[in-house]
Amino acid sequence: MIEFDHVTMTYDGAREPALRDVSFTVPEGELALVIGRTGSGKSTLLRAINGLVPHFTGGTLAGRVLVDGRDTREYRPRDLADVVGMVGQDPMAGFVTDTVEDELAYSMESLGVAPDVMRRRVEETLDLLGLADVRDRALTSLSGGQRQRTAIGAALTSHPAILVLDEPTSALDPQAAEEVLAALQRLVHDLGVTVVMAEHRLERVIQYADRVIEVPGRAAAVSTGLPAERMVTAPVAPPVVELGRLAGWSPLPLSVRDARRAAVVLRSELGSTAPARTAAALGAELARCTDLVVGYGAVTALRGVSLSLKAGEIVALMGRNGAGKSTLLNALVGILPARSGSATASGADPRRTKPSDLVKAVGLVPQEPADLLYAATVADECATADSDFGVPAGSCRALLERLAPDVPLDAHPRDLSEGQRLCLALAVVLCGAPPLLLLDEPTRGLDYGAKRRLVAILRELSAAGHAVVLSTHDVEMVAEVATRVMVLADGELVSDGGTAEVIAGSPAFAPQVAKILAPLPFLTVGEVADALDRAS
Amino acid sequence: MAVAASRTRNPVLLALILAVTGFVVAARRSDAPWAHSFTAFLKLGLLVIGVRVVLQALLSTRSQGNTVLFTLPLIPLPGWAAGVKLGGEVTAEALVTALYDGAQLAVMLCCVGAANALASPRRLLKSLPGALYEMGVACVVALTFAPQLVTDGRRVRAARRLRGRTRASFRTTAMPVLEGALDRSVELAAAMDSRGYGRTAQASKVHRRLTALCVLLGLLGMLLGVYALLTDSMAFPLAAGALAAGVLLAVAAMAIGRQRVSRTRYRPDPWALPEWLVVTAGAAAAGAMVFAAVRGVNGLLLAGPLVVPPVPVLPVVGVLVGLVPALAAPPVKKAAA
Repeated sequence: MIEFDHVTMTYDGAREPALRDVSFTVPEGELALVIGRTGSGKSTLLRAINGLVPHFTGGTLAGRVLVDGRDTREYRPRDLADVVGMVGQDPMAGFVTDTVEDELAYSMESLGVAPDVMRRRVEETLDLLGLADVRDRALTSLSGGQRQRTAIGAALTSHPAILVLDEPTSALDPQAAEEVLAALQRLVHDLGVTVVMAEHRLERVIQYADRVIEVPGRAAAVSTGLPAERMVTAPVAPPVVELGRLAGWSPLPLSVRDARRAAVVLRSELGSTAPARTAAALGAELARCTDLVVGYGAVTALRGVSLSLKAGEIVALMGRNGAGKSTLLNALVGILPARSGSATASGADPRRTKPSDLVKAVGLVPQEPADLLYAATVADECATADSDFGVPAGSCRALLERLAPDVPLDAHPRDLSEGQRLCLALAVVLCGAPPLLLLDEPTRGLDYGAKRRLVAILRELSAAGHAVVLSTHDVEMVAEVATRVMVLADGELVSDGGTAEVIAGSPAFAPQVAKILAPLPFLTVGEVADALDRAS
Repeated sequence: MAVAASRTRNPVLLALILAVTGFVVAARRSDAPWAHSFTAFLKLGLLVIGVRVVLQALLSTRSQGNTVLFTLPLIPLPGWAAGVKLGGEVTAEALVTALYDGAQLAVMLCCVGAANALASPRRLLKSLPGALYEMGVACVVALTFAPQLVTDGRRVRAARRLRGRTRASFRTTAMPVLEGALDRSVELAAAMDSRGYGRTAQASKVHRRLTALCVLLGLLGMLLGVYALLTDSMAFPLAAGALAAGVLLAVAAMAIGRQRVSRTRYRPDPWALPEWLVVTAGAAAAGAMVFAAVRGVNGLLLAGPLVVPPVPVLPVVGVLVGLVPALAAPPVKKAAA
């Protein structure tokens, strides 16, 4: 169905090719998973499938890409629209119309499909993806999962044989990701659609993949293989695979269900050994909310939240998209005013504090780290930050060196990869050494390596007496790093407690290891390894 | 309604027009993001009035009346600016004239805002003839960018606090917003391309040129006609003739252009009694005003700036007809005012 034949892609002005000598085939009806580090060329590869690379982006493509027998050299993306459906990383950016139904019909209108056929296909797609009850809604009012499913539906209505998705679940909460993946699963099984998908969250998708295409980046060779084979040696792997490697299971299980069946022996081996956890040393109170009510426009985003944050804590803020996580973080730095109740950071009302004093008390890395960055080069950005925060020149640069040593200092901040940009924003915020650090969805778009570095940094900060609050959908990261978890639902704090108590018991938030080893109270592979050491 | 406003400077009538459009907007607007544009235009209108009055006060001469309200210090100007007076005596007549002039412009702006608030630009696109489709998409994309820029600006301003800065500068506000907008438009273009936008059937070169020429001439004719009708700068038959010729040419262009468009339309909006009513009501209001102006009904233009404005009957009825859309338009679906 898709055939890459010695494809080398070089962008204009780039010194090295983004992809070098890539050859593989994806047969009809398969779900192929593209993995690799951020910035390794995954998006380039996906966009080459429908001809956006090089027709839209420019650059030189050597070799040949055949899609359903058509050569992308001769067909422009719009001429391939009836064969390839493309869903980008941010569904909102790709929407052309403003309601769900119109969006579904848009590609068919462009292709000139007859009105009665269009009508029928829209109804079918609404049912297939479970969108019938939101058909008239404005796209801006949809939740993340609904948006993503609408984008998939919009690509599907023209009945393409191939569906290409770029990180379809990275911005979604666990439940919404399940919805989207279930919909994809149906497409592959019932309609025989060929799906090519890039994703960092292997723990969510690896079990559905028929084939793995690994893009190592730095112009190294792209290789393909079966998921189970590749996972034996892959440098990055989801917890279920790491646990399998630790226990020496063969064949390696890829889903929680398979792992559970293989884990009978491991569970008895662990027996009564409890995971070793050291309680975090708590310091003084750094922030407090009392009956905080925050809203904007007609929306009440927080309804009476009370909490207290102490030094040395790493608190994970979880909950559905739109549950009020970002609102809470914004209220703590005084961007949003409280309608009633109060929020204090380091004993002062953040709305009444001068910004230059506030950054010394509390720092926030927003969801779009780029909002914090103004300068034309990374070096310039660091220098500006030093003068903004009134710290000795070079402080920010030193912080950045520690967080991400490979960031090129002469690059434009927008050209950095998602992970590098986050590190730069983090370095800028950390310049002020705020005792309270807030991170809004820091794991979006981060690969395992970058996540591991982030975990190390956060632990170091908490050991140095900072309090860290991060809002995230990534349960594995929460299990790794958080000492306390708060779950928000519909603007209310529904649970608040130690990580183990809150997430192990919840079906949606339980990490893979907890699901495999239930009822034993383990959360991460590291804890299991440690317990096995002590047991033997 | 904007047409109606352009023909009068009578404050009573202007206020009435404003009230009518405001009522229609309140009755029929939706929750969509563009629905708030009426308030934005209202603010813009107030700003226009303010600027107009202040400028008039600064630059006023005695040519419009003798009722001196107060005196500003006269600022001497260099020789090249002779004839322009800055400061000095401010007359009531000048101020009131400025106020009315400003109000006229402001009310017209509000009418445009109301149209904006009621009609989703994307729905408007649906009723556009096939030949103009591509041009229409460009306009719609441009229109939807404005609210997006406002949201982005707000976010970036909030982020500035996080860097400990209080002062805004071009670099810290405009740059991130513009960069974001550029990124987004590239993204949208890519998405539209990969969804088959712009797949056209083959057309000959002559054919394409003919279409382009027709469209251009047609638009020019229409523009001329409308302008003439609104400002009485041309004889009525001539203006009407230009308008008609322009419309004809444009229709021809669309008919020719249509042949090469290979796209279909999903669930086109029904054009039924309510739509007709709305359009007729709008046309009637404008028509009544134009008719009144041509026939020279008293009260559209004031005799002197300080006279208490009279209330002519015909235009008032005309304006009130504009209320019909509030009742006639289907409640959830919006109609153009």
